[in-house]
Amino acid sequence: MTETIQFTLNGKPMKLTVDSDRMLLWVLRTDLELTGTKYGCGESLCGACTVVVDNIAVRSCQTPVKHIQGREVVTIEGLMKEGKLHPLQRAFMDHDALQCGYCTPGMIMNAYSVLRNHPKPSAADIIEGMNDNLCRCGAHNRIVQAIQMAAKEVEGGF
Amino acid sequence: MNDDQTSGLEFLEEPSDFQISRRDFFKVAGSGIFVLFTLGDTLLAQQRQGSRLPTDFNAFLKIGEDGRVSCYVGKIEMGQGIVTSLPQMLADELDVSVDSVDIVMGDTDLCPWDMGTFGSLSTRSFGPSLRAAGAEARQVLLELGSEQMKIAVDNLATEDGFVVDKTNKEHRVSYAQLAKGKKIERHASGKVALKKPAEFKIMSASLTRRDAQEKVTGNAKYTGDIRLPGMLYAKVLRPPAHGAKFIDVDVSEAKKMKDVQVVREGDFVAVLHKYPDVAEEALSKIKAKFDQPTSVLDDKNIFDHLVKVAPAGRSVSTNGDLKAGESAAKIIVEESYFNAYVAHSAIEPHAAIANIEGGKATVWVSTQNPFTCKEEIAKELGFPSQNVRVITPYVGGGFGGKTTNLQALDAARLAKITGKPVQVAYTRKEEFFFDSFRPAAVVKIKSGVTDKGKISLWDYGVYFAGERGAQHFYDIPNANTTAYNSSWVGASGSHPFATGPWRAPGNNTNSFARESQIDIMAAKVGIDPLEFRLQNLGDKRMIRVLKASAEKFGWKPGKAPSGRGRGIACGIDAGTYVASIAEVKVDKGTGNVQVKRVVCAQDMGVVINPEGATIQMEGCIMMGLGYTLTEQVHFKGGDILEANFDTYQIPRFSWLPKIETVILDNKELDPQGGGEPAIVTMGGAVANAIYDAVGIRMHHLPMTPERILEEMKES
Ligand code: FES
Ligand code: FES
Repeated sequence: MTETIQFTLNGKPMKLTVDSDRMLLWVLRTDLELTGTKYGCGESLCGACTVVVDNIAVRSCQTPVKHIQGREVVTIEGLMKEGKLHPLQRAFMDHDALQCGYCTPGMIMNAYSVLRNHPKPSAADIIEGMNDNLCRCGAHNRIVQAIQMAAKEVEGGF
Repeated sequence: MNDDQTSGLEFLEEPSDFQISRRDFFKVAGSGIFVLFTLGDTLLAQQRQGSRLPTDFNAFLKIGEDGRVSCYVGKIEMGQGIVTSLPQMLADELDVSVDSVDIVMGDTDLCPWDMGTFGSLSTRSFGPSLRAAGAEARQVLLELGSEQMKIAVDNLATEDGFVVDKTNKEHRVSYAQLAKGKKIERHASGKVALKKPAEFKIMSASLTRRDAQEKVTGNAKYTGDIRLPGMLYAKVLRPPAHGAKFIDVDVSEAKKMKDVQVVREGDFVAVLHKYPDVAEEALSKIKAKFDQPTSVLDDKNIFDHLVKVAPAGRSVSTNGDLKAGESAAKIIVEESYFNAYVAHSAIEPHAAIANIEGGKATVWVSTQNPFTCKEEIAKELGFPSQNVRVITPYVGGGFGGKTTNLQALDAARLAKITGKPVQVAYTRKEEFFFDSFRPAAVVKIKSGVTDKGKISLWDYGVYFAGERGAQHFYDIPNANTTAYNSSWVGASGSHPFATGPWRAPGNNTNSFARESQIDIMAAKVGIDPLEFRLQNLGDKRMIRVLKASAEKFGWKPGKAPSGRGRGIACGIDAGTYVASIAEVKVDKGTGNVQVKRVVCAQDMGVVINPEGATIQMEGCIMMGLGYTLTEQVHFKGGDILEANFDTYQIPRFSWLPKIETVILDNKELDPQGGGEPAIVTMGGAVANAIYDAVGIRMHHLPMTPERILEEMKES
């Protein structure tokens, strides 16, 4: 059904008139040309499409746009503030927590939500929180290290 | 890659439908110092055709009037890090900062022909040529500097983009000044001495990936991220199973959808829309009839089938006399090993965007072999090949899987039919369906060991995995190695669908079989598996990596099964020697195997970017756990039963073992492959660790909980 959806996208108000049953992933990638959010599986099985809605990681490939009515959406494009990288982004760079980089936006957004919910995460918290995000290049070791380092830096306050 | 990285190549503006002659190349490529070089097989180089660039070199570098160094190579970046390591090599040989080197990759109009990015070859065979070109360019700069400064070359040095007077470093001239207004062409002669490893400043350093910032901000463009005005997303009707023939189709419901365009040419049926999800919906409204394929093969009977249809064997190597080896043996071990079809499963599915304008096709493709892809597209479209340009944006993982480019042909065909730019991006299901799987394979080994614990006999036959890694490296007086079907593809009638190279093709299968067999012999004669290997080895590099991994691990001798759950395996891949030790815990109730710790030691010659090499090793270890423990393609007839990551399980965070890597410094040897070797030992190391833990011998990869439980019941 075509309806008007209003939400906050990366800190800015957004108003869209779309078929509200369409998945957020495709609306982001095509209508809004925010291509940082990736398709990997389409069935909530890989995490490449992860965005954060009201501080919780969601799989945009299975989130109809109507579900974000009135909510706050952050995508990978919205993490940088005033030209400065988010501590997670910097930590991923510093720890070489990526190879092909295709899973990276989803990893970072998922980690963002893990940190929101575990201000001082243990390695086990991180592994559990990240377990449904897949990386085929095998960057797991570095990703865990990067999230640990970012966690120290932000200490609960973003 | 970005347009701003193509700085200085003005032939971008040239009409695109003619080949640039050798003379013209320098007319249009701008001013500067050029070093042209060739790498790889000259025979292959001769086969290339349709290149816009002259064909007597296949990579070149340019020092521009702005002092920047640009390197043009047909290789692509898919995560292996050459976007960082190649500039690193060049910068070191040239004495410039690595930031002043631009690299343009995988664009068939800008880069000279290349056969493709695979086989860990980028650093290994490309590295020395690239360094030679850098050294040659430095020599030219010294000569130009000498002329200009009126100082003999011997009294000059190079430093951070300048030629300097050794006696007075203030007296200097920049590369930019030297390149100004010049058109100098050199061929890398290979005669200029390369820097010695002790002189490396940049090459031995660990640098952060150059593409990291783009990739963590979501700005990095992969093929599916390219947007062209008026672009349509296409979904193509696919058969339900391999071998199923098209009978009929009803597209009427799809046609009713607003703004959906339906294309039909025989059995080629596609729907297009400006949104990919709407195109997908339209596809779901198409009713198609296909017949039932006749194949009765499935993932269980495939092994018997393969052995039955195998072609005559090709002898890989043979020495001594097998009969003598058999009589010298106290114990004979005869075993068979099996591994399933395995998918590549890069997280980025295959994608392509084609745009045809004025008789010229420009196609962005997630591919490992842009130049092959270009020829395929030209053939599909009936265009002369110089009218096709393939551009390779960042590739989201390849592992051998992005050497087939069918999606690019679909996109090109649809762009031609519709007259609009068209994107074709696979769903995960299509990705599994069209994947060229790592072939299922069988290895049969008969081996013998003397009462002194010396291997006296080795009779090895590998079916369908390929030859890579089939050759053993132990000291065995009587041995034979035969490959039945030497390649990862089989003749028609063998595999029921496409197969292809998969990270370290063939070697995972061969190393699993060999290292399991070695362990079985060690256990039979009651010798510690490390000791058994060492006493049957003469190869010093192998002995060194084995000892290094054992030392790092803290290996305590003891015969298996010791209950400790540790296993060792070694192998050679792409010139690199590797030894791994895995420690596992087997849950006897569920059959689940948790790999707790992996120690991996590697001798890869001179190491360029040790951090990058370590990351590749870690990646190999994690990826290797997949084919070892869970990954197998289920199928029945031509129907691929895997459609997504629910049934097809790839490694995830909870699998992460403690990983420790050791890179042995071997400055005597040119850089060897680094992107694949460590993966080959994972199957064997884990299988041997499982035996050490619970005393069961696994012959079948992957070692799933079901198989473990079954084996425990039997033993
Ligand atoms: S694309 Fe959404 S979870 Fe994989
Ligand atoms: S970095 Fe390639 S999939 Fe994670």
